[in-house]
Amino acid sequence: MPIDTTLVGREFPPTRPYLVTEADVTAFATATGSAAARVPATFPVVVTFRALLDFLEAEQVDLSRIVHGDQRFAYERPVVVGDELTATLTVTGVRQIEGTDILRTTSTITDGTGDLVCTAGATIVHRGDA
Amino acid sequence: MTTLAAGTVLEPQEYAVRRADLLAYAAASGDPNPIHQDEEIARAVGLPGVIAHGMYTMALAARAVATWTGDAEVVEIGCKFTAPVVVPADGSATVRVAGTVKSVADGLATLALEVTCAGEKVLGAPKAVVRVG
Repeated sequence: MPIDTTLVGREFPPTRPYLVTEADVTAFATATGSAAARVPATFPVVVTFRALLDFLEAEQVDLSRIVHGDQRFAYERPVVVGDELTATLTVTGVRQIEGTDILRTTSTITDGTGDLVCTAGATIVHRGDA
Repeated sequence: MTTLAAGTVLEPQEYAVRRADLLAYAAASGDPNPIHQDEEIARAVGLPGVIAHGMYTMALAARAVATWTGDAEVVEIGCKFTAPVVVPADGSATVRVAGTVKSVADGLATLALEVTCAGEKVLGAPKAVVRVG
């Protein structure tokens, strides 16, 4: 099922606030082999991925047909334990090439006070049934 | 920790990636995509086999950056996912992260990375910007 091209420009509802716990950071750092004096740089994917899952559910897209095209994080400040993070995903572009949908998204990650922590850009590739 | 000056070649880091690592990463990151666990599903969607999460490979790139910079604050990190890291059922795939300091200015060092698996680049234009000094 092709992804609806009229989604471009649409902002999806923010994810529910996600509390960054010591345990979650340790699990992420252990899984990626990091020493983790600091929250690992790619940790915000935990929040942006939730936004993506919400989006895929809303659009009835099967996760197993999704691969990641690119990803970028630009940080206003490092994420720290105790942050309450929310991601808001906006679709910035949809292209279709031979049955594959290429979706550009931007997610803003804000803390409990609404301040910007990180901006994440991602390209999501949806492989069609062909 | 390496002193970061423009042109500095950073010592390549190698990481073994096993299926068990992908399982742990799936749990820690909240990404349950079965293409990172299940050979049959991965092949059914046209992949060569079970592949590592792109974000897992990116996390390994970030790990190398942390090693090189003494866990410096990362201001920006990004890459394209250009080729999959295929992880065998037994044994492991090896991801190699090499890097060069491209520039140091205004308290920020820009690192150009090269991330390969079995000699093939798996990330496109991977780059990290860290705070220094």
